[in-house]
Amino acid sequence: MSTPNGNGRVITMGQAIKEALAEELRRDPTVYVMGEDVAEAGTAFKVLKGLVDEFGTDRVIDSPISEPGITGLGVGAAMTGMRPVVDIMFGDFSTLIMDQMVNQAAKIHYMSGGKLKVPMVLRTTMGATRRSAAQHSQSLHAWFSHVPGVKVVIPSTPYDAKGLLKTAIRDDNPVVFFEDKMMYQLKGEVPEEEYTIPLGVADIKREGSDITIVATSSMVQVSLAAADMLAEIGISAEVVDPRCTFPLDKEALINSAKKTSRAIVVDEGYERYGVTAEMASVIADGAFYYLDAPVKRMGAMDVPIPFSPVLEDLTVPTPDTVFEMAKTLCGAN
Amino acid sequence: MAKAKSTKAKSTKPAGKPAGTEDVEDLLQMYEQMVRIREFEDKVNELYTSAKMPGLAHLYIGEEAIAVGVCEALNGDDYITSTHRGHGHCIAKGAAVDIMFAELLGKAAGYCGGKGGSMHIADQANGNLGANAIVGGSAGIAAGAAFSAKRLGTGQVAVCFFGEGALGQGLLYETMNMAQLWKLPVIFVCENNMYNEYTHYNETAAGTLAGRAEAFGIHTEEIDGQDARVVNEAAKRLVERARKGEGPSFLICNTYRYHGHHVGDIDRAYYRPKEEELEWQQRDPITILADWIIGQKLSDQSVLDHIKADVKSEVARGAEFALNAPYPDPSEVDTNVYA
Repeated sequence: MSTPNGNGRVITMGQAIKEALAEELRRDPTVYVMGEDVAEAGTAFKVLKGLVDEFGTDRVIDSPISEPGITGLGVGAAMTGMRPVVDIMFGDFSTLIMDQMVNQAAKIHYMSGGKLKVPMVLRTTMGATRRSAAQHSQSLHAWFSHVPGVKVVIPSTPYDAKGLLKTAIRDDNPVVFFEDKMMYQLKGEVPEEEYTIPLGVADIKREGSDITIVATSSMVQVSLAAADMLAEIGISAEVVDPRCTFPLDKEALINSAKKTSRAIVVDEGYERYGVTAEMASVIADGAFYYLDAPVKRMGAMDVPIPFSPVLEDLTVPTPDTVFEMAKTLCGAN
Repeated sequence: MAKAKSTKAKSTKPAGKPAGTEDVEDLLQMYEQMVRIREFEDKVNELYTSAKMPGLAHLYIGEEAIAVGVCEALNGDDYITSTHRGHGHCIAKGAAVDIMFAELLGKAAGYCGGKGGSMHIADQANGNLGANAIVGGSAGIAAGAAFSAKRLGTGQVAVCFFGEGALGQGLLYETMNMAQLWKLPVIFVCENNMYNEYTHYNETAAGTLAGRAEAFGIHTEEIDGQDARVVNEAAKRLVERARKGEGPSFLICNTYRYHGHHVGDIDRAYYRPKEEELEWQQRDPITILADWIIGQKLSDQSVLDHIKADVKSEVARGAEFALNAPYPDPSEVDTNVYA
């Protein structure tokens, strides 16, 4: 497990993200943050509240409600000497910016034969269970993960979020950084001192020997809770967090599955054609002869996320559903 | 490797020249660049129709005065973004024809190592941030370059070339709004060749073209895009405004594309009359400038003929170089995906 001793300093995921941005804004004058209500309002989620006080409105910039425009501006600024952090309030709104990300940002380095580069971070959110209904609840990280030329980060803890965001800002490529809206208040140990986490290195969030649960973003907490329940019935679950969908730490997934001989992949994106399919395929391909059962996938139900709490809670994996799936896979009925 | 003549020799221009005085050197330079674009594209047409060139080619012939008039008003390090009809902008900003031919033929020696092709040529050394196959797709990039120039205090300006077809794209208006709010040094150059691919803009654009930018309070001018002198004078004014911090501008250049939407668009009678094509060819940008130079006795026909002959041979050599150049090594297929 790479998560270090934070010397007891506990902060929220939101604070960790703001710290990462503040440190990078301080370190590099070419870094700026632009988005809707990012300055005085500190974003709709208040995550950046206070950042503008130190850096001013020249570097923490409120934009019009123009997602394609601010993304396009970010691409152009990144190509010409800046390191933009573009804030797209809800991941659902990333549907508006797909040309700028998919046809522009992701392609420019390749199309120019390596002459131009786009060192830009797109910060956005994912996750359901906020009673926000179908246009404010999706987890669309699979869309970006599909496209060569972008990197995709999906952190699950305050420590990871801070270290990965700092690395993303320093990366010379377009990086999409997904934050789960329900996790901004999640607390965890984060050291005072400077650190970064490389992109594409998985973290084992819990060691185990009977079954591997590959879990992303909010599903890490869900899977850790399931692992506690499994331990009570004598099943030792290992929880592996890839932390990025691209670059994907294939070896970590394969090695864990080889060790435990069973695997479930849990992610909050839609199940069909989703992130879970890719990861399950990686495990099936790399650990086939070690597996005692087919790799199972758990994602959001293939429906628009409903508003009613009773309905919405059915759509995403929970500790109970992960527990049941793991129990079945281990033949412990 | 054959190199195009330097196109950025403006440091010889005497400072403090009285306004309105024609600089012969500048005029001959514009003439040469327009001829270079015309000759290059005639060759592209030939290579494409003889099946020596793969893919798509969208010819700029007839519109040369705009790229040249604007780019001659820029410094070497000023930025441009271009379109799928981008060969003219690329050459006008200083690209060498041999390396361009190599790119169009998918050869390793091309500007993008053969990975970009006709619609994606980028030439960072000359401030060209790239042609773009998404109509209107580079508006954000141009404004972003202007944003970084302003933030970094470099004094550079950015020019966003696009056709009137891009006026249907929302990104352009989002970008204009921010450019004006934040007084970004970006010039939106609309090349109105009248046809959105195969459809006249009267069928696609409600209201006036100028009214679009005027609604944002952006300084707007509409000019004859066939006269390089007119384009160049307007561009100089707008560049000066931008450098002084007076913000963006919108320049509508009325022009005409002699050929079809792309090289394969030969049967055009269903969307535009032959008479219209012939009428516009009476106002050829190269002829207009040549006639001015001769009429004002600023130079003589033999000088222009000499320039043309030199360019013709440069283009022939460039094409020959590219035809004989090797394709990329297969190992290049998955390099440059990530920086």
